[in-house]
Parts: sequence; structure tokens; C-alpha cells
Amino acid sequence: MGEGDLGLWAVLVAMIGGAIRVSTPFIFVSLGECLTERSGRINLGLEGTLVFGAMSGYAVAYETNSAWIGVLAAALAGTVFGLFHGWVCKLPRVNDIAIGIALMLLGMGLAFFFGKPYIQPVAPDLPAIPLGFWSSSPQVEAALRVNVLFVVGIALAFLIAWLFRSTRIGLVIRVVGDSSDAARAMGISVDRVRLLATAAGGALAGIGGAYLSLYYPGSWNEGISSGQGLMAVALVIFARWNPVNCIWAALLFGAAGALGPALQSIGISKGYYLSYAAPYVLTLILLIATSSTTRAVRGAPGELSITK
Amino acid sequence: MTAHSNVSAGPMKGVPARAARAPGHLDRQIEAFALPLGALAVGLALFALFLMMVGKSPAEFYGLVFKAGFGTAFSWENTLARTSPLLLAALCVAIPARLGLVVIGGEGAIVLGGVAAGAFGMHMTGLGSTLGIVGMAVSAMCVGGVWIGMVGALRYKRGVNETISSLLLAYIAIALMNHLVEGPLRDPASLNKPSTAPLEAAYRIGTIPGWDIHWGLVVGILACIFSFVLIERTTWGFSARIVGGNIRAAQIQGLPVGWLMAGFCALAGGFAGLAGMLEVSAVHGSANGSLAGGYGFTGILIAFLARHNMLAIIPVAVLLAGFEASSGLIQRRMDLPDATILVLQGIVFISILISETFTGRLSFSSLMRKQSHG
Repeated sequence: MGEGDLGLWAVLVAMIGGAIRVSTPFIFVSLGECLTERSGRINLGLEGTLVFGAMSGYAVAYETNSAWIGVLAAALAGTVFGLFHGWVCKLPRVNDIAIGIALMLLGMGLAFFFGKPYIQPVAPDLPAIPLGFWSSSPQVEAALRVNVLFVVGIALAFLIAWLFRSTRIGLVIRVVGDSSDAARAMGISVDRVRLLATAAGGALAGIGGAYLSLYYPGSWNEGISSGQGLMAVALVIFARWNPVNCIWAALLFGAAGALGPALQSIGISKGYYLSYAAPYVLTLILLIATSSTTRAVRGAPGELSITK
Repeated sequence: MTAHSNVSAGPMKGVPARAARAPGHLDRQIEAFALPLGALAVGLALFALFLMMVGKSPAEFYGLVFKAGFGTAFSWENTLARTSPLLLAALCVAIPARLGLVVIGGEGAIVLGGVAAGAFGMHMTGLGSTLGIVGMAVSAMCVGGVWIGMVGALRYKRGVNETISSLLLAYIAIALMNHLVEGPLRDPASLNKPSTAPLEAAYRIGTIPGWDIHWGLVVGILACIFSFVLIERTTWGFSARIVGGNIRAAQIQGLPVGWLMAGFCALAGGFAGLAGMLEVSAVHGSANGSLAGGYGFTGILIAFLARHNMLAIIPVAVLLAGFEASSGLIQRRMDLPDATILVLQGIVFISILISETFTGRLSFSSLMRKQSHG
């Protein structure tokens, strides 16, 4: 790797760095969605939760001058959205997908409503860990400045995987998600488990939103999320409802999202706007490749309306 | 007056046949109007509560909505001028919904329809007014139709969830529009706001004589009536409703389920594309970023409020257009952000979805009987 002559390497390094930066909210939202879906319900409203989490996290961080209190506030706001979704969906004849769409619109509306005064002010950022300290190349160093939340997200993925595999709570969630009849026969309250799983999922999506406004891109505005909350739903299908796979899927999506800025950084601006479509095209292709009409998707919770 | 007289009017054991059938039918008829209207009222009341919580006056808000949306002839013109894209966007949700498909990406078809119309107007000049406008409309409908038709086809062929795929396609469409309007289709003269070249005068759709409303309103209403007849009164529509009711039954009956899904989705997308074309030809005069104005998302709410009934879409769209028309005045007078209308829409949307839970659980006829008996 010659000095100053980076070319393709620069694109690769920028994409790895970008993938880590861009993927963090994906990790949180997809883990949240994974948790909710494993309990047999789908929450399409996480997009709204994400945006509201970004706003509330930023606003609280600005008011209290602490990024971490902002993250906490975003998680709380996400929990409230999740609880509401979980409560409404237990009513008979209420469609969880439609409620998700409505909550997506409401969450964004509320975020824009209360977020207007916070577009100008600057809130404190979340801290980053300089994992690239060993390198003399500023590009590599920039790429490996990893946010704490990224590390937390990865740890959380393994934690949730362990939860599903070897704890009683995980087993209860899985039973509820695979067969509500079996769960009822075991004396488990299906609605309560789903309510809590949706609330936890909302909290994680809220944290993902706080990452957007408090670290990367690092400010609050109305265009902050571009469908990450929704793509997470497709990502979970691609990850086969496995929390650890969610990390790889999120990194892949992050890399696709980082493609445009990475190409621009070495002076290729042709098709810059088109490159914005890359993550969506990738999601769609993966969705087409992993869906099927003849068999249930492998690993899918049996109660999930989206794969039935 | 016994305790169980108002429990349920469904066909129950031990209830005389006449009493079970006729009121049940009447109940469904009343319910079709009462539930959405009641949900709308509850939603508006909850929004009033929200306004009070943020320290604003609900009375002033609804007063301003009435004044700016429906109070004068001028405000009616303003409202009706905004109705046309909402009608077509709502059809893009309501038509697939009758086949059991929740398609929410109409925004993508609107945007690409607008770009297709702009591109047609840019490259096929000098065709004269009729041919030019028809050409733009057809190209917009084709692009929009293919876009949403894909959603239906993918659902049938590969089992891809239509809600997610349609929204992904909407994001792709917006990126594609930005690429085309900033690049290959950009008019070099459009500096601040990248656009396609301005349409020639003959390609612009004018206003209805005597009104300050463009012909798009008529097109939108005709599209609703056409869809109503198609869905409710033709064999194709009947087949589509069977698919929506029970897809297995439709397959066993030998209905071409895949073609019906793709075809009706394509029709829905065609209408959304037409909305984009009308925006370009009647409002903006060229295709640009304003096309992604959120009509597609308001259309979702309208379709659900209208319970996917093509004719009910018309009054609901007028109502929501009135709210949007009053948005500017509300921002100025009450110092509220433009997102206020989004909050209102979100609350009403949730209210209407929750009201579904009361379907078949309210007994209006027994309620009335009770009152008439004393």
C-alpha cells in the first residue's frame, strides 16, 4: 500500500469504517425486531420508534448535557411505543402490520413536532473508542474509531442468542412465537409475553435512533432516518431470526449504505444519488432470495403473520 | 329491557330467525358508517387533548381548519385543488387491499410517474396538446403500473411481503428520481432546484372553467368511480374480492390468482403514476424533488379511513385535503410546526385501526329498539 496512493484500498477501508458506523443502528433495531418477532408478532412501527428515539435522545442529551442520559431517554421512549403497540395488538381483529404503519407515521409526526426547536442546537456526542491507534494511516484510524454502542450492540446480540438458547425466558418467548396454543397449554400468558417482547424491541430501536442523532450522522434533523427501521424487518428475515446473524446482516447493510460516501471520497461522484438506492436494492434482492411461497422460511417463528 | 338484549345481534341459537337476520344486516350497514365516523371523532378528540397538553387551543385549531379548508369559496378551491393526488394515492392502497395486500409504497409510483411525464414532455415536443398530455399520462401510468405491479408479482411468485417490498421500492424510486433529475434529465437552467426542462405550454393541464382547480380533480373522481364499478360490479372485481377473502378458495376455484394480484396492483400503481403526472403537468410544470411530497403516505390513511371503499375515498380525501390546505394558516396563526398535521393523521389512523376491534360487537338496531320501546 503506497503512501498517498490509496485508490481501491481507500474505498475498501472507507467502506469498512462506514459499515461499522452505519451498521450500529441496524444492529439495535434488528435485535429489537428479532426479539419481537420471535414472540410471534411483527412491529413495522420501529421506523417511527427509531426517529422518535433519535429526537428524544438528542433533545434530552442537549438539555442535560449528557449523551448517555439521552440514550436512556430514547430507550424509555421506545419502550412506551413498544408497550402501546403490544397493547393495541392484543385487541381482537387488530392487524399488527397496519398498526405498525400507523405508529410509524405517528412516531415520525411526534418526532418532527417536538423536534423543531432542536434542529439548531448542538448536543454532546457519544464517545468513540480509537481502535485504530496502532496504524499510522489516518484513513485506517478514522475507519476504526468505533463507537461504544457498536460494541454494546455486538455484546447484546450474543446475550440475546444465549437468552434464547439456554434460559427459561428465552424458551418462553420461543414457545409463544412458535405456537400460542402450546404456550397457553403451558399456562403462559401469550399476550403478556408479546407485550414485553415488543416493549423490549421498542427500547432497542429507540437506542438505535439515539445513535443516529448522537453519533453518526450526529445531529437531529427530519431526514435522519431513511428507512433503517423498516429495512431491519427484512434484515431479520435474512438473518433467519438469529441474533448473531443480525450482526453480519447489519454490517452488510452498513457497507451498502457506506458505498456512496466511500466512492465520493476518492472523487467518483457519478451516480452518487443512485448509490443511495444500494441498501434498498440489496434488501429487496435478499428478501426475494430468502422468501418462498411453497415452504415456510427456515427458522421462522410459527406464529409470525409475515411468513404465513 | 333485559340484560342480554344489547349483547349481540349476530345469528345466535335460540333467537328467532327473523330477528337474527334482519337486524344483523342492518347492523352491518350502520356499522360501516358509524364505526369509521366514530373513530374519526374519537381521533379528533384525542388530538384536541394533545393540543391542550402542549398548551394550544383545540377550538382555535379546528376553527382555523374550518376557515382555511372549508369556510369560503376560496378555501374550498384550495382544498379541492389538493384533493386530486390524494384520491389517486388512496386508490393505490385501497385496490390492492381488496385483494388482501397491504401496499404502502404508492409514493414511489407517484414520484416515478412524475419523472416519466417530465421526461416524455422533454423529449417528445411539438405533439400538440391532446397527444402530448395523453402521452405523458400513458407513460406515467405505465411506469407506475410496472413499479407496483412488481410488488404484486413478487408477492405471488416468490411470497415476498408486499408491505416491505413496496416501501423499499418507494425509497429506490426516490433515489432514482434524484439521480435522473440531478443527472441525465436535468435542465441546465434549473440551478437552485434541479428539475427537468419546463413543459411547453400545450402540455400543461389547465383549470376547470370558472374554478381555480385543475382538471386533476375530475380525473381523480372518475378514477374512483371506475375502480368502484370494476371492484364491485364486474367479474374481475368479484374474482379479486375472492382472492382477498380466501386465497386458497380462489386457487381451488381456478382463478388466475397471480395475474389478478399483478394486474390489480399494476392498476393501482398506474393511478399513483397518474397522480405524479398531474402534479407535473398541472402544478409544477416540470419534474423535481417536490414530487416526493408525502401524498403516498396520506393516501394510506385515506384508504383505511374509507375502509377501502372506492367511493368513500372521495369525501375522506376532501376532508384530509382540507386539513392539509389549512396547514399554512395554522403554522402562522398558532405558531405550530408543520408536523402538526402528521400528528393528527397518526392519531386518527390509530383510532381507526383500534375501531376495527368493535366490528360485529356493537348492536345498533337493538339499541334503537330499546330506545323506541322506552
